[in-house]
Amino acid sequence: MATQNTTETSGEVRYLTPIPVEVKKQKYCRFKKAGIKYIDYKDPDFLLKFVNEQGKLLPRRITGTSLKYQRKVATAVKRARQIALLPYVTDMLK
Amino acid sequence: MNQYETVFIITPVLSQEQVNEVTSKYKELLQEGGCEVINEESWGLKKLAYPIEKKSTGFYHLFEFKASPDFIEKWELTFKRDERILRFMTVRLDKYAAEYNQKRRKKLADKASN
Repeated sequence: MATQNTTETSGEVRYLTPIPVEVKKQKYCRFKKAGIKYIDYKDPDFLLKFVNEQGKLLPRRITGTSLKYQRKVATAVKRARQIALLPYVTDMLK
Repeated sequence: MNQYETVFIITPVLSQEQVNEVTSKYKELLQEGGCEVINEESWGLKKLAYPIEKKSTGFYHLFEFKASPDFIEKWELTFKRDERILRFMTVRLDKYAAEYNQKRRKKLADKASN
């Protein structure tokens, strides 16, 4: 059987160049990786990474943050909004 | 005794002297209440992200202190009654927050000395 296969090249389609397979970039939680335990609400420039142009919180599936830290990001953003370091609603924030 | 942190915004209508008067008044209140003031920061006149009471700027000030929970009620009440305060927020700090603030203070001190 094995010898037959090699001689006939069987029915399989063969490519000269390998087909490009999209490699998904692995997401990771930046807080876990960097060992950050506390997210400061007094630093609006940092929190800007977790909101979109309208000042809304970005979902976990985009930022890759783990659930534990996503909750902390959410409270930090809400606190920053309370003391007017971040807006509640806007456009063209970035 | 818990560790707390209060950030408040003073109206921009006041002069620098009057602002100092306000902050020193609150500092005295902390000391009278038997609190241990850990840190005090003045961020100066800053632009607000959205207008509060039709004002677009304000003097930010921060206090970090150790106090009993009963004191906080009284502390926040004085803020509520004060017309010169646009906004205030008191947050209880957990151990990670306290650690972070210590590092932050050190960084600021290093910057000031350099």
